[in-house]
Amino acid sequence: MHKGIGLDLRIQKHPIIEFERGKPIQIYLNRRKITAYEGETILAALYALGIKNYGESVKYRRPRGFFCGIGKCSSCLMRVNGMPRVRTCVTLVEDGMTIEYEKGHGELPIASEVEVEDEKVDTDLVIIGGGPAGLSAAISAAKLGVEVFVIDENPKPGGQLIKQTHKFFGSKYNYASVRGVEIAEVLLKDLRESYAKWIVNASTIGYYKNGKHVIAAVQDNHKLIEMSAAKVIVSSGARENTLLFPNNDLPGVYGAGGVQTLMNVYGVKPGNDALIVGAGNVGLIVGYQLVQAGVNVKMVVEAMPKIGGYAVHAAKLRRLGIPILTRHSIKSAEGKDHVEKATIVELNEKGQAIEGSEESINTDLICLAVGLTPSSEIPSQAGCSQAYIPELGGLVAVHNEDLETTLNGMYVSGDASGIGEANTAMMEGTLTGANVAMELGKDRSKAEKIREASLKHLNALRASPFGEKVLKGKEKIWEIWRETK
Amino acid sequence: MSSYETTGILTHEHFGKNLPPKERLEKGPVAVIECIQKIPCDPCAYVCKFGAIRKKSLVDPPEVDYEKCTGCGECVAICPGLAIFVLNLKYKNDEALVMIPYELLPTPKKGETWEALDREGKKVGEARIIATRMKNRTAVVTIAVRKHLAMNVRNIGRKLK
Repeated sequence: MHKGIGLDLRIQKHPIIEFERGKPIQIYLNRRKITAYEGETILAALYALGIKNYGESVKYRRPRGFFCGIGKCSSCLMRVNGMPRVRTCVTLVEDGMTIEYEKGHGELPIASEVEVEDEKVDTDLVIIGGGPAGLSAAISAAKLGVEVFVIDENPKPGGQLIKQTHKFFGSKYNYASVRGVEIAEVLLKDLRESYAKWIVNASTIGYYKNGKHVIAAVQDNHKLIEMSAAKVIVSSGARENTLLFPNNDLPGVYGAGGVQTLMNVYGVKPGNDALIVGAGNVGLIVGYQLVQAGVNVKMVVEAMPKIGGYAVHAAKLRRLGIPILTRHSIKSAEGKDHVEKATIVELNEKGQAIEGSEESINTDLICLAVGLTPSSEIPSQAGCSQAYIPELGGLVAVHNEDLETTLNGMYVSGDASGIGEANTAMMEGTLTGANVAMELGKDRSKAEKIREASLKHLNALRASPFGEKVLKGKEKIWEIWRETK
Repeated sequence: MSSYETTGILTHEHFGKNLPPKERLEKGPVAVIECIQKIPCDPCAYVCKFGAIRKKSLVDPPEVDYEKCTGCGECVAICPGLAIFVLNLKYKNDEALVMIPYELLPTPKKGETWEALDREGKKVGEARIIATRMKNRTAVVTIAVRKHLAMNVRNIGRKLK
């Protein structure tokens, strides 16, 4: 399992991003000393050495690699400093840290040997998730005088923005032509200038009610935080979908966002020869980003008869000589401990595989860009009505145009309220922040102006054929809200 | 369904009236905007100092007033879709200039020769690097190609010398 040691897959030169690495430190993988850099996750530090397997599945003992890279899928769990089942993708390395492969479910350490802390927070507004929606909500609410507390489970706030090397579309009002990585910096600067408080490395673990909304979270794997608030905005984003095919769990089959995280946040080259599954905007963008990171992108396959993403994104890949095959999909992945090959197949008009059309591709990196599912766990546990809306990516909390759920004082925004894109997520965040301020009786006239502007810009952004699907989904969920209330 | 929706390659048919007329091309530098879908985006329109690019709404594709366009290339650098190019067919008798956005390493340098690629990434000739201007990490590269290739060269491949 250590055969990769000696390699260094860290990206040294990149056309868009400068990777700032902290000072070198020593960590121990099964007692073997290895070098990592401060600011890296355990996963990034191991992957940089070519270590791509982190354990095995409990029942069939199949090798496990990472998948989502953002703490949502539990594929990269290892034993860290004696603690079982730690998500290596969101846990930062520390000097002297011990990391071990783990079999089965792992064993909990004796309680008396574990240092625990707790903290109570009482505030006006808790925001779960510091991505584009959550940060925008925090800035908008805090600027209107709301006391805000943002919690994010990744080491760096900014959600998926911090891994986007491309310039964003949209209008001047919503950061058009600014790269995602730069938008994240702008939002963080605004957040610092507002009076909002925020923490990272903290996962929400449950919702309770005690007169106010109570959110429980765990920070840094050892600190329990109990947050009480009059209002809650759930902007917890989404999780990546997988696809059903033989060996889809082999290390080397990753979610597109997971690949972006590894490559563009931590600066680690994810593979040599990539196959991308899905030609929506995410697949096309990750394809281009892989080329920027020095990866050879073999092709993009898309099961639908046409390319789902913007033609301009597709054109960027095509003029690099990268084929996009519509009506094609992946049939299987092959390899022993890691992906070595993939078989792709052509589909007929009914979407069925055409026999004899199989083609074998040498690849060590299969990127799945086949859609996202809203992370709606907290609204669900809190008792918000949920509805399955295919246009929004699955189950979402029922909400109105102001993104209020059926539970008094709980709002949703961004991908957690239905899969969209970052510009609309930021607008939704700004809108919910203003709504919370109004509800709490803060600067009403100013909040109302922000609300109206946000609604106007949301409509403008969704007024293209690419926004039709989301708009249809939103109209459905607004209708259900009116019926429920 | 248009062919570009299955192939990802735009052709001259798709551009239609989005291409500058032949007479205008002969006059010197002019922007060619290869963006035909309705997407919510407008930086090209607000960056143009000459008011040559118009968007009827945030989502309508840009329209260029080719008489106002000077071919300055500001829109090449700002377009998030990397979909704008500037052509100068008046450059020399047998050579034309194409200004392209480029976001890969290494950054092309003046005096080098690179492969000239078409919209499908196929090598169709050679490109002499005339100038490279960095704008917010996008290299705006001006290349000289054989005149008959100007309408089709939209990228550079490997460095040749």
